[in-house]
Amino acid sequence: MNKESFSYNNSIVKNFAYATILWGIVGMLVGVIIAFQLVEPKLNFTPWSTFGRIRPLHTNAVIFAFVGNAIFMGIYHSLQRLLKARIFSDGLSKLHFWMWQLIIVSAALTLPLGFTTSKEYAELEWPIDIAITITWVIFGINMFGTIIKRREKHIYVGIWFYIATWVTVAMLHIVNSFEMPVTLFKSYSWYAGVQDALVQWWYGHNAVAFFLTTPFLGLMYYYMPKMAQRPIYSYKLSILHFWSLIFLYIWAGPHHLLYSSLPDWAQQLGVAFSIMLIAPSWGGMLNGLLTLRGAWDRVRDDVMLKCMVVGITAYGMATFEGPLLSLKSVNAIAHFTDWIVAHVHVGALGWNGFLTFAMLYYIIPRIFNTTLHSKKAANTHFWIGTLGIIFYAVPMYFSGWTQGMMWKEFSGDGTLTYTFLQTTERIIFLHAIRGVGGLLYLTGAIIMAWNLIKTVKSGKLIANEEAEAYGIEHHKEGTKYWHKWIEVRPLTMLLFSLVAVSIGGLVQMIPTFIVKSNIPSIATVKPYTPLELVGRDIYIREGCVSCHSQMVRPFPSEVERYGEYSKAGEGVYDHPFLWGSKRTGPDLSRGGVKSNPNTYKDEEWHWRHMNNPRNANPQSIMPQYSWLCDNSRSMELGDLKSKIKALRIVGVPYPKGYENEALADLDKQANEIVAKLKVRGVVVTNRTEIVALIAYLHHLGSFLETTTVVKNEVK
Amino acid sequence: MKIAILLIICSVSLAAIFLTLFIWWVRSGQADDLETPAHRMLFDDTIKIKNK
Repeated sequence: MNKESFSYNNSIVKNFAYATILWGIVGMLVGVIIAFQLVEPKLNFTPWSTFGRIRPLHTNAVIFAFVGNAIFMGIYHSLQRLLKARIFSDGLSKLHFWMWQLIIVSAALTLPLGFTTSKEYAELEWPIDIAITITWVIFGINMFGTIIKRREKHIYVGIWFYIATWVTVAMLHIVNSFEMPVTLFKSYSWYAGVQDALVQWWYGHNAVAFFLTTPFLGLMYYYMPKMAQRPIYSYKLSILHFWSLIFLYIWAGPHHLLYSSLPDWAQQLGVAFSIMLIAPSWGGMLNGLLTLRGAWDRVRDDVMLKCMVVGITAYGMATFEGPLLSLKSVNAIAHFTDWIVAHVHVGALGWNGFLTFAMLYYIIPRIFNTTLHSKKAANTHFWIGTLGIIFYAVPMYFSGWTQGMMWKEFSGDGTLTYTFLQTTERIIFLHAIRGVGGLLYLTGAIIMAWNLIKTVKSGKLIANEEAEAYGIEHHKEGTKYWHKWIEVRPLTMLLFSLVAVSIGGLVQMIPTFIVKSNIPSIATVKPYTPLELVGRDIYIREGCVSCHSQMVRPFPSEVERYGEYSKAGEGVYDHPFLWGSKRTGPDLSRGGVKSNPNTYKDEEWHWRHMNNPRNANPQSIMPQYSWLCDNSRSMELGDLKSKIKALRIVGVPYPKGYENEALADLDKQANEIVAKLKVRGVVVTNRTEIVALIAYLHHLGSFLETTTVVKNEVK
Repeated sequence: MKIAILLIICSVSLAAIFLTLFIWWVRSGQADDLETPAHRMLFDDTIKIKNK
């Protein structure tokens, strides 16, 4: 058998590497901005730069743009070499690259404009969701196509991680993005309330598992041995690690909803699997670190290995902390606090960030046939970045613990010791230190970018890297024939994949049949009136859910602070659910309970507060929402009919033809609020957005007071 | 909690996909040698360019 000559496509690796660097810096910069917004609310300049709108920009940019491009860079680089074959299609690779960048740009434009589904890490609206699906299919064709035409029979463990990533992310994305379009940039989640929450966190958890973890484990299994120039500690362990990890991960999602109104059996299932996850996670971590056994001295001199060690150690810490946080007793303190923010950033900054930096330092000099411009600068980057992680995580752990404990503390007389604002004030300086940590980390990344640009300039891209390898000896002639046949037909393969995906898509139609209608278990829970609905959409647009939860957990401290704990039956008309995952501000789910002065604020208070939160609470760090009170701006009503119709399709019992009466009902309710404000000396029109928002906030929890509910009832 | 049915269907079918892959993995001889792949991946097959 003869050696076959071929070449590796390095151009595509270069493209993804550049995109990784660029979006990494953008994503981290937005992160630093929002960190300081939580210290100084004046940093929320314009509607499109408020915390609520650009926090999802930060998370999407670092997850899908920075880490996403890094995944593609690493996979396109390592896959070809592990399989001894050029990537399946150069054209599809380019298409994949440009479509992914287009998705990122559209995210960067739509999120600040307030186009969001409000579901965390799945905020992008439905047209972008479709583009993501198509791009993912293209990526899949490229990956599986390369696997089919490989010259190396054994599929290395890293590639198995890539395969699991592809399969799972495809399914998660489609199931969670099941939504009913209203207009081009507005949709309602197909699921409601507790059901939506379960789908969302099944997705959210597994996005962490299969977008931030499994692809990077696969990359670790390639780059760690390559950088250390020694085989992985135990290949057997890596196999065991892979199969056990993917079977366990998918069941752990409900640990994001502990003590919520999710049924207890689902919560316990999530906890059990989360604890089991320690075993495979640590198996992987130890396998990575022990690869350096006997070579630890090299870590001293090699900046790539340093980054790998910090990255893998951070992975170990985060995967130990994860199961710990899913214990109900720990979660009771940590949930909704900065502890969770610290936890995810150990993973993101340490594991994803540092592994990405190591990969960039490894790949760029190699594909440009040169050496790294400055080892010293790379070392500086490493140390500044590591300090950045510490300055980020440590204050946030303190802050999280402080919040968790202060929220729960009772005085001797049975009242809560601290108001919510007192807990906010206490942690502001910790937020400031965290911001400095982020700034350090960003500085490191900028140094890296400079260093890599210099490196690129000193070399020349080997666009097609020549290589030689023996082909696979096929025992069965038929197999060989099949490979050869499909190899030369990218279009046929595309067609087959589309058929396969559309079958998958049909299977995904199951939700339509399962979640047909929602039978309310609480009789007084009524659908939103048109005005409340418009208000709710403003709440979604402004990203209020980023800082305010709508989920009172059944603890004495929360019932005392917010009122009656949340029930599963409350959210049957909530498309999407808005429970939130963080309390930078107080819970709002009892904002309409008039008998509770802790949570109920009158119309004038809301107007004054939105105009400038400092007018109502001097210590508040909430952004100013004065444009909501601007009488020259009108609430969006053009799509009201479509909204009512869309919600009816997903199961909200608006009577037939109600869309035609909706506007009149809206006016009636708006005029009542306008009148109430007028009495207090505030002049607004019945189209001012604040009116709708007040109506929505006063709907929350109002089912607990039947009289209010009847008044707002939909005819 | 009808939605749990959907998620269980999805999760179980995913597990089934993985199980099928696992069975294929064992049967196709991927598991026959769990030693040399770790070493083999260390060798480069590229023809060195010496234009530095």
